[in-house]
Amino acid sequence: MIWRSIEKHTGMQVDRLIRDKYTVVIGLEVHAQLLTASKIYAPDSNQFGCDPNTNISVITLGHPGVMPKLNKKVVEYAIKMGLACHSEISPVNIFDRKNYFYPDLPKGYQLTQDTTPICQGGYIPIRLKNGETQEIGLFKIHIEEDAGKSIHAEGESDTLVDFNRAGVPLIEIVTKPEIISSVEATVLLSEIRRLVRYLDICDGDMEKGSMRCDANVSVMLNGADQLGNKVEVKNMNSIRNVQRAIDHEIKRQILELEKGNQIPSETRTFNDNSGTTSGMREKEQLNDYRYFPEPDLSPLIISKEWLADIKQSMPELPRQLLDKFISEYQLPEYDAQFLTDSKTMAHYFIELCELTHNYKAASNWIMGPVKSYLNDNGMGMSDFPIEPKRLSDLIKMADVGKISFTVASQKVFPQLLSNSNITADAVVKDLNLVQDSDTGNIQPLIDEVLASLPDKVEAYKKGKKGLLGLFMGEVMKKSEGKANPRLTNELLKKCLDQSFEQPLKGYRKRN
Amino acid sequence: MKKYTSYFQIREDIEKGITSCQKLVNYYLKNIHAKKHLNCFLEVYRDEALARAEQIDQKLTRGQAGRLAGMVIALKDVLCYKDHALQAGSKILQGFESQFTATAVQRLLDEDVIIIGRNNCDEFAMGSSCENSAYGPVLNDLDHERVPGGSSGGAAVAVQTDMCLVSLGTDTGGSVRQPASFCGIVGLKPTYSRISRYGLLAYASSFDIIGIFSHCVKDCALVLEIIAGNDEFDSTVSQKEVPSYSTDLNYSGKAKIAYIKETLVNHGLNSEVKNKTLEKLDFLSHQGHTVEAVDFPLLDYVLPTYYILTTAEASSNLSRYDGVKYGYRSSNGHNLESMYKKTRSEGFGEEVIRRIMLGTFVLSANYYDAYYTKAQKVRRLIKEKTKKLLSHYDFIMLPTSPTTAFKLGEHTSNPLEMYLADLFTVQASVAGIPSISIPNGLDSNGMPIGLQIMADDFQEANLLAFSKYIMDN
Repeated sequence: MIWRSIEKHTGMQVDRLIRDKYTVVIGLEVHAQLLTASKIYAPDSNQFGCDPNTNISVITLGHPGVMPKLNKKVVEYAIKMGLACHSEISPVNIFDRKNYFYPDLPKGYQLTQDTTPICQGGYIPIRLKNGETQEIGLFKIHIEEDAGKSIHAEGESDTLVDFNRAGVPLIEIVTKPEIISSVEATVLLSEIRRLVRYLDICDGDMEKGSMRCDANVSVMLNGADQLGNKVEVKNMNSIRNVQRAIDHEIKRQILELEKGNQIPSETRTFNDNSGTTSGMREKEQLNDYRYFPEPDLSPLIISKEWLADIKQSMPELPRQLLDKFISEYQLPEYDAQFLTDSKTMAHYFIELCELTHNYKAASNWIMGPVKSYLNDNGMGMSDFPIEPKRLSDLIKMADVGKISFTVASQKVFPQLLSNSNITADAVVKDLNLVQDSDTGNIQPLIDEVLASLPDKVEAYKKGKKGLLGLFMGEVMKKSEGKANPRLTNELLKKCLDQSFEQPLKGYRKRN
Repeated sequence: MKKYTSYFQIREDIEKGITSCQKLVNYYLKNIHAKKHLNCFLEVYRDEALARAEQIDQKLTRGQAGRLAGMVIALKDVLCYKDHALQAGSKILQGFESQFTATAVQRLLDEDVIIIGRNNCDEFAMGSSCENSAYGPVLNDLDHERVPGGSSGGAAVAVQTDMCLVSLGTDTGGSVRQPASFCGIVGLKPTYSRISRYGLLAYASSFDIIGIFSHCVKDCALVLEIIAGNDEFDSTVSQKEVPSYSTDLNYSGKAKIAYIKETLVNHGLNSEVKNKTLEKLDFLSHQGHTVEAVDFPLLDYVLPTYYILTTAEASSNLSRYDGVKYGYRSSNGHNLESMYKKTRSEGFGEEVIRRIMLGTFVLSANYYDAYYTKAQKVRRLIKEKTKKLLSHYDFIMLPTSPTTAFKLGEHTSNPLEMYLADLFTVQASVAGIPSISIPNGLDSNGMPIGLQIMADDFQEANLLAFSKYIMDN
């Protein structure tokens, strides 16, 4: 579908048969800003969205004489990501300078890890649409610092620089070229985002730029023994745009090759409006970064004890929770997937399951009323106003038949949402919603309903059994929803079946 | 007022009421004024120094003064001092004031030193003669036609001429030892990482270290014990405990001394320097110390290794001076790239540009392995071989410089000739070991000769004690 929409947008057409002649190879480079309190080498605050140039010190600005001091939390966060991705953690880490001139780079070099990334190798399993799991290999995850931000204000000839972002800690996750479609790329990217959020090391917000993704895309004829020249695509600020950019790039490269042209190795930038990529200045590619070991930082040694501490502090990851939800809570995979999508959701659900033991009912509640409330209000689980305890009480009430599900979801649930002090119990009492399971109360209502609908009763007798629902509905209405549905159903059936043999006098009378 | 050559005399005389901080500051200010033509101060903190002297005199009367009350010092123009100009002898830092104080400087201030001013130096500490300053050359007080050595020449002359008692320089390849030798004073380069580099404007970070100029070894030891040691702002600084160098300066026992054969047969070595060095070795031998000649075939590689690695680091360290954030910005730029080019071409001097180019070259992709990687390997070899020697010997002795102070302009046309002035000092820098230059007589022109003594890592206590022993005998 997306394929077609891009065609429409860009006017580029690639015949399916031609497309199928080519193999696509994609690798991703994902930058994630780490949620540490301070920057990577300076005590300045690492808060997003502050006034320009307020989180800056002499260290951030690269004043003469300053030296970097590594924030240990950054190392810890990077290691957590590495452990989550099954990487090897390097015991000895050297930092390197990557030299280039740009106004937003205060020191004239960026501190990164060129030869000894903190996490080597590893993989991230992704779930494909067909239900299969694919492991995408990683080259490495390394630590580096972000640069400042150049701001080209509209109508201004000057470029302004905001150094708040300079020195914000980053990890860069570099995958192997093992991704074969834009869809796989986006599934992987979503999984990376889920992981950093579960680990609480990055907010994963691509629009804000706290997670950024560059894609290396190449195509080659099926069975070719050499990969095509790779093109690096930058500047995609959402997962959807990553997909659009890759799709466009695949088409563009195939069209070029079909025309007999070469694909030059280059860096291209994605344009959101046109959905196309265009070449960046030639100069960007001629950069020789002259990496060399940073003499202002000692080699960073990761001791076994430190690593063990970090391992100890690892939270449960989405995959582990998924397994737990399926095996321990006996939930269908569909439910488990949904419930582990975000950490807050999963943790809410776990709390809920500690309070109620009808896990499937709890899952139905989350995937039903809770989800629609969140969707209707554009909220996330963290904004959900009902604590697990109050919701579990409600679930229990419905479960034991004290109130019906309908009453629970349509009458009590909204009250709990709008009043954070109120309990389900109180609402039920206040509104007198306790389910009526007393035959003595329900039978008269049934009698009344059947008496008022002689034609329908007749029809039912003649075999239109589907009318039972109608009678049920009428009785429920009369009981203001309180009649116990199971009991009502039973009584109704009994009445109707009885009336086959000996019609009640009353019915005829009214007739 | 008498010329003091020891802080301990000063402190004694203050206690006796013979002198005071204010008297001392006035005396040094008079000398600075009288010898302005030497161009060794870029800025004199006259009023500040006088005000501080008054305060410290009061503290002294109250008995609350720090361990360095009465010590007046000067700082090379690459050391940060909050709210004071910092220019590294360069036009590119025109108008720049540091917003923080170097750790070492702060530790001295905490012990009540008085800072009298900022010393001229070779631009970004690159040079061996103090002729590379954007603010004009510094002259040697013993002969105004001769250089004081570099790059910390201004700081050396300030001590030489009694404009302060002690000064701080920086030593990357000899920049404290060589000018100390040319000026006839003591100059110490401690072990790399012994003193925090926070607030030392970087030239070549894996070599740079603060050094100390003084008349006597004891002052050097006292200042070192105060400024050395762990610092939360420098993660490369040594965590090793700092001994009280100044209280244990007695050298007893017999030393094992090596001298490197290759240094004494070097064709650039001045015969008077050679003879004075041999005389000293002879003397020590007669005193019962073991003196032995050793081979150090790597000597030829020391200078190339040093220049490849230091220029590589410098090319990166000096990238921040780009006209964007502070300091000089050319008004001739018409876009970003030309602003960069003009700013740096106009702001940096010839020698600095040469080293940036050289460093950029040796780090460039096509030459990296041939130069940078190889030089790093050779550095390790030099370090290992030097340390191996020092596992057999207590000290290595050699002249500080192949010559005494040369004439202004004598080597300026040939940079390679100038680089040879560092021939004997770079070994300790490449190896990271401590090294000191102490006076060793005069040549026939009356110019001082320096004797250099190297010791193993963190053996400053031994090195200082032995240096004092030599100077006392």
